[in-house]
Amino acid sequence: MLLTLTGVEKSYPTSEGPLKVLHGIDMVLDAGRSLALTGESGSGKSTLLHLVAGLDSVDAGQILLAEQDIAQAGDAARAALRRGTVGLVFQQFNLIPSLDVAANLAFQARLAGRFDAAWMAELAGALGLEGLLARYPEQLSGGQQQRVAIGRTLAAKPRLVLADEPTGNLDEATGDAVMALLLRLVAQTGAGLLMVTHSARLAARLDARLHLSHGRVAG
Amino acid sequence: MNVKAFLAAVLLAAPAGAQGFAGLGADAQGFAVPQPGQPLAFPQDHGAHPEYRIEWWYLTATLTGPDGTDYGAQWTLFRSALAPEAGTGWESPQLWLGHAALTTPDAHHVAERLGRGGIGQAGVVAAPFEAWIDNWQMVSRAAGGADALDAIQVTASGTDFAYDLALQATGPLVAQGDQGYSVKSAAGQASYYYSQPFYQVTGSITDQGRVIPVTGKAWLDREWSSQPLAADQTGWDWFSLMFDDGARLMGFRLRDTGEGYTSATWIAADGTPRPMPPGALRVTPLREVPVAGRDVPVVWRVELPAMGLDVTTTPLNEQAWMDTLVPYWEGPITISGTHAGRGYLEMTGY
Amino acid sequence: MIAAGLSALLSHWWRRPMQLAMLLLGLSLATALWSGVQAINAEARASYDRAASVLGQDGLARIVGDGPVAQDAYVALRRAGWLISPVLEGRLAVPGSSLRLIGIDPLTLPPAAQQVEFGQGDGLLPFITAPGVMYVSAETAAGLAEAGLPPLRVADSLPPGTALVDIGQAQRLLDRPGEISHMLVWPDAPLRDLPPGLTLRQPEGASDLARLTDSFHLNLTAFGFLAFAVGLFIVHSAIGLAFEQRRPVFRTLRALGLSAAMLTGLLLAELLLLALVAGVAGVAMGYGVAAALLPDVAATLSGLYGAEVPGTLALRPGWWATGLGIAVAGTLVSAAQSLWRVWHLPLLAPAQPRAWARASERALRWQTGVALGLLAGAGGLIGAGQGLWAGFGALAGLLLGAALLLPAALSGLMALGQRMARGVLAQWFWADTRQQLPGLSLSLMALLLALAANVGVGTMVSSFRLTFTGWLDQRLASELYLTARTEDEAAQMLVWLETRADAVLPIFNAEADIRGQPAEIYGMADHATYRDNWPLLQAAPDVWDRMASGQALLVNEQLARREGLGLGDAVALPGGGALPVAGVYSDYGNPVAQVILSTDRLLALFPATPRLRYAIRVAPDRAAALAEEMRAAFDLPPENLADQAAIKAFSLQIFERTFAVTAALNVLTLGVAGLAMFASLMTLSAMRLPQLAPVWAMGLTKARLAGLDLLRTLLLAAVVMLAALPLGLALAWVLLAVVNVAAFGWRLPMYVFPGDWLRLGGLALLAAGVAAAVPVRRLALLSPGDLLRVFAHER
Repeated sequence: MLLTLTGVEKSYPTSEGPLKVLHGIDMVLDAGRSLALTGESGSGKSTLLHLVAGLDSVDAGQILLAEQDIAQAGDAARAALRRGTVGLVFQQFNLIPSLDVAANLAFQARLAGRFDAAWMAELAGALGLEGLLARYPEQLSGGQQQRVAIGRTLAAKPRLVLADEPTGNLDEATGDAVMALLLRLVAQTGAGLLMVTHSARLAARLDARLHLSHGRVAG
Repeated sequence: MNVKAFLAAVLLAAPAGAQGFAGLGADAQGFAVPQPGQPLAFPQDHGAHPEYRIEWWYLTATLTGPDGTDYGAQWTLFRSALAPEAGTGWESPQLWLGHAALTTPDAHHVAERLGRGGIGQAGVVAAPFEAWIDNWQMVSRAAGGADALDAIQVTASGTDFAYDLALQATGPLVAQGDQGYSVKSAAGQASYYYSQPFYQVTGSITDQGRVIPVTGKAWLDREWSSQPLAADQTGWDWFSLMFDDGARLMGFRLRDTGEGYTSATWIAADGTPRPMPPGALRVTPLREVPVAGRDVPVVWRVELPAMGLDVTTTPLNEQAWMDTLVPYWEGPITISGTHAGRGYLEMTGY
Repeated sequence: MIAAGLSALLSHWWRRPMQLAMLLLGLSLATALWSGVQAINAEARASYDRAASVLGQDGLARIVGDGPVAQDAYVALRRAGWLISPVLEGRLAVPGSSLRLIGIDPLTLPPAAQQVEFGQGDGLLPFITAPGVMYVSAETAAGLAEAGLPPLRVADSLPPGTALVDIGQAQRLLDRPGEISHMLVWPDAPLRDLPPGLTLRQPEGASDLARLTDSFHLNLTAFGFLAFAVGLFIVHSAIGLAFEQRRPVFRTLRALGLSAAMLTGLLLAELLLLALVAGVAGVAMGYGVAAALLPDVAATLSGLYGAEVPGTLALRPGWWATGLGIAVAGTLVSAAQSLWRVWHLPLLAPAQPRAWARASERALRWQTGVALGLLAGAGGLIGAGQGLWAGFGALAGLLLGAALLLPAALSGLMALGQRMARGVLAQWFWADTRQQLPGLSLSLMALLLALAANVGVGTMVSSFRLTFTGWLDQRLASELYLTARTEDEAAQMLVWLETRADAVLPIFNAEADIRGQPAEIYGMADHATYRDNWPLLQAAPDVWDRMASGQALLVNEQLARREGLGLGDAVALPGGGALPVAGVYSDYGNPVAQVILSTDRLLALFPATPRLRYAIRVAPDRAAALAEEMRAAFDLPPENLADQAAIKAFSLQIFERTFAVTAALNVLTLGVAGLAMFASLMTLSAMRLPQLAPVWAMGLTKARLAGLDLLRTLLLAAVVMLAALPLGLALAWVLLAVVNVAAFGWRLPMYVFPGDWLRLGGLALLAAGVAAAVPVRRLALLSPGDLLRVFAHER
């Protein structure tokens, strides 16, 4: 099992006291499989994704990712996890503006110490970025930026790809094309994919779906 | 208070406050006070009297140029003592103030000089007679045996005028008041006062660079005192009249808060003085004109019924304003009426 | 609508109090330094004017003699029709110091020369008769309480250290009966022929003091302006940030119907309000700065130029007004670019904050071009121009050019670093640093200016100090320096010393015009003391023999430079005759031209020269005992017999105080630059989160990111320090070789002090580290939630 969540709880402090966002989530995901997290705004799906990514720590429960309990991991261990095990694709692309496309693509792979030039070239070709390598993020369209972000994530060959509304900032046609690329390439690397989306249409293209409602798994 | 204003207030009359002419009505403490019945003595009395607070050598001349134009010239040296002693060097308390003026029908030039006694810049010596401040001089030219003031040479200059006059007396010195004791108020304030009203003048004046030969007549007044005015006296109108028949009249009115005080001496053509009792002289302003921002009476009716005198005086130049530290009006006048002649009018305290 | 718009705009500041504080602090600091320096200058100038207008000397001609004039000559001139007034001036010793005593004759004093209202209450008599009355300023009076002087009256129109008395009392107090110094001539008075020995001197338009001290004040002004410019960097960045952050608000307001003119007007009103608040605070702080610095300035001016400036500050309304004016003007200059952008704001651009103040490549290239032009101009000024203004022009061009060049240079350096970098992190580090440059460049420029000024001024002062101390050793070769009270006493002392001292060398001097300028003329005895030690910059081979025989003279460097004199050039002496220059000597700390003749020659030219001062040679270990003996034997006040060490200590003290103000301004400027850096880093730290969050998300710890940020700041500071070194040295060179020569008349050798640079570099790193500490700490302590917000869907 690539990812196992058991009884994960999370709350955030607000001015009216702590707000419980997740009320005990159980969930599993196998390598090579894809799972869509759906739900209303505020249902806790992004929070769940961030916890799995090691960006934030749980209040209670267990997250086993690649046989490692990341709920108990310290800051450095979680940073290592983000560097080597997971890959993130954001709605806002979040490229590094000071680096050109080639450097952005290679960034995480090099950070993780597994830069593979051949795989890079293949990815760039698959994502249609060959002509854009010397450009800077601000010179790219939204679709192009998200393709770079996907390439950046996959270049590091993560075991789990986490995507947060990856097409949320793109028009439907571009979004569909980017989505197709993402699914194809994830499948090609054999990684698992956990994707947050509010679109039932997109969720339907994944292997499985988990619907969150008010911080609980619904149905 | 500026030092010069202070000094001028001591030396000359300023518009009155409770102290009369700022200082002239002050106590005579420490200074000698004129006493009646003490005859004048010459040549000593031509010189300075440092034990008295104030003293002056005051010459006025009515002049005429070759084209008949009338002029007037004034030469005055005031002495003011801060303390009743001669002193030496810079510490001498004797201060000197010179006024010189040249009046023409359309101009009135004035110059003023100040100096310290004790260092030689200004002073008066009785014999051989010389009175000076800076390069202004009044020097005796009299022959041996004659009175020093019988013949004098008078020079002065300002930025736009100068004069150099030779004066020859044609009559004797005249003691004013009671043998030179001249009472200045009903309360008895007095000064020593004598005159030489009989000068014939020849010389030249320089009016803005133009040298003009002149002839005429002149009158010298000598007066010293320590407290010449009463505290409530605010100014005076003083006349020296030289009639064509050779007679002279010195008369003044001291203005106060009441009726004022008038005094006069009629001087016959031979120099015999005839002091008039207080109030015998009547002076009445007939016309006032604006002068230097104030109203000054320039035309006067002068009456001395005892001598059958009833004349009107008109100025050569109505604007004969002495724009000095303490300003006053002083200029030549023409006399018409029962008597004819020329003279000088001085008005202070306006 | 206006009120609503204004409140929408102003609400920004309440939500970002730190930004508001930075803006106000930057502006008020800039205003404070500027107006502080202006206050000092104004105080000093006012006191020069007062000194110059004592007795109307700035506007009245005077009659002077070769030396003192007899009072009789004055009376004779008066009686010849000259409208003049006598003056006797001298130094009157009072316990602990001396007064400039001026004796006047109040009766003849020209109205323009009247300084004091006499005669209040007590009149003229006490003034002119013993013991007299002495008029002094309130400050001087306070120091003279128990001095046994005539009764004091306060006249605040008098400059400090000056006492006015009647001329008769002056003659008595100075023991100079029958003597006067000169005569003031009434304006418009007729001028006549003067007897021989007397000359008419026309009034000098500007006072000597004003001219002498011009350079000093220009110096201060330049520093004040530098500090102001550095402060404006803070203001500019704070305003720029506030405008960028409110861009969406601007668009909304425009969309709601506010015209561009109205919006710009509102922003202008807001800025003026802030400028006035900061201006008032700044001027108040400036008063504090000035009050703190003034005593040192006063000591400098008194020591170096003999100019008496009160140690306390008067509040001048004009100074308040200019302080506020400069605050407003500075704000407007700083905001011009931002206002221009608001005016041209396109209505329909997306409402998303754009990287603020990002300089486009073209703007950077343009700026670099201007920078190179300025540097070339500075070079041209140094090559072609002479004089103070050319020197300061060159300094300004150099500093501004270097500052403008800095961003391009740093950008190039970072690009190079990125290309050379091996690791991905290093690469990102360089690229990210380069990305930060537009936001940081203003504060880095400020830092560069502050550091360069420190290096430059520090080098100049240290070079000066080294040269000056060496020079003092040469110049003050004798063990004891004696000033007798009278010539009789001097004669007795010479006899007394005959058996006790190795040599007694006369130091006589007179004052006269040399080549149309007032100069000191000294007599020098032929002695090994001078042959071995005198600090000659240029010398003819047989200089001392020719001096001994009275066949040549020496001039000081100031006179030589001003008049272009070289060895062998003839210098005409007063009273006829001329001698060739056989040597040029250095004469630091003296603004006046100086000539040295043999003592015999001096006494022949100026027979009236007082023979009171002597240098005594004696074995150094016997000097103290001899001095003690001599003081006892002649009942000599301590100040009349000074030993070498005391004079050296005094001279060095003057020197140190001269540069104390410069040093203080230097530190303040560096402080302002540090603050500018802090402000920029704080600003950037808030804006950089979106750039840092992905890197964090990709597996870098916050501690690592914070460490990198600190490293980045230190690296930039170090690079700027390196850049500041050559700039500072260039600055020092201009100061020493151009400004000093023009201002003081001497050129100093330049010495470098690498130890000082290390210290300054450490200080710069420390300042940068401190400035970076708060934002870096904030980053390290950031909660994941703050970073996650970057990834939130709704931004």
